[in-house]
Amino acid sequence: MVQIKRIVLDVLKPHNPNALDFTTAIAEKVPGCRIKLTVAAMDEKTETVLLMIEGENVPYRAITEVISSLGGSIHSIDEVDVENGPVDTEPA
Amino acid sequence: MASLIAELTWLLTLTRSHLIARRYFVVNGFDGALTMLGLLVGFYVSDEVKLPVVISACLGVAIALGMSGISSAYISEAAEKRRELRELEKAMVTDLRHSAHGRAARLLPVVIALVNGIAPLAISLVILLPLWAVPLLKPLALRPLESAFVLALIIIFLLGVYLGRISHTFWLWAGLRTLFVAAVTTAFIFALSPE
Repeated sequence: MVQIKRIVLDVLKPHNPNALDFTTAIAEKVPGCRIKLTVAAMDEKTETVLLMIEGENVPYRAITEVISSLGGSIHSIDEVDVENGPVDTEPA
Repeated sequence: MASLIAELTWLLTLTRSHLIARRYFVVNGFDGALTMLGLLVGFYVSDEVKLPVVISACLGVAIALGMSGISSAYISEAAEKRRELRELEKAMVTDLRHSAHGRAARLLPVVIALVNGIAPLAISLVILLPLWAVPLLKPLALRPLESAFVLALIIIFLLGVYLGRISHTFWLWAGLRTLFVAAVTTAFIFALSPE
């Protein structure tokens, strides 16, 4: 099974919620994942942030839904680590 | 119910509207307390006014203050929140109707309006309690109008203390300042009374 191990998203978000509230709200929806947010650029009403999420199986859809509900929008997927599980070997 | 309260708390924090709600609570609460004080002093100086008349008049004013607070705050806050949302949508180049910001623009004007309306109404009703509790006050030899007046002064002082806590100034000084406003109001009513 293909699993996302790490993903880096370029996200445009309003200033509120702030970086801490934003990452906390995402973390609440994706248990077992580690999230790192880096502010890349600031504007008058918005900021561009790089969101790095790591985990055993990162639920991308759930993350996009939380980001939208917080008023953010994903501009691009900048990095992604995907892993396929071990191949099932049939007994000889 | 618990989830609705949690949602509203989150939206209030998100939009920093809890500060607006707090300001409305103090401003309109003070408005209600001072209006009741003015009415009570007015009835006191005019003498010979029966208690049911005082209660009806004060209750009418309290309800009007509440309705005025709700309607005026809702109209202004709804317009303000809609404008903020439009500006944010323009900056984000996206539709935020279904986001937390969209929900905040729809729900928070109602919450702020309720705070703005309930604050003067609730404070006025508390001040009027001695007028309703006449049978309880009689054994204590307390007169209802004077008791309500003292209660109004206490509430005005406490609102000042609360403002002092918010602004991190000395609580007693903040309380005395609002009490001074009440004293000036009372003095004006006494000075301008026909007799």
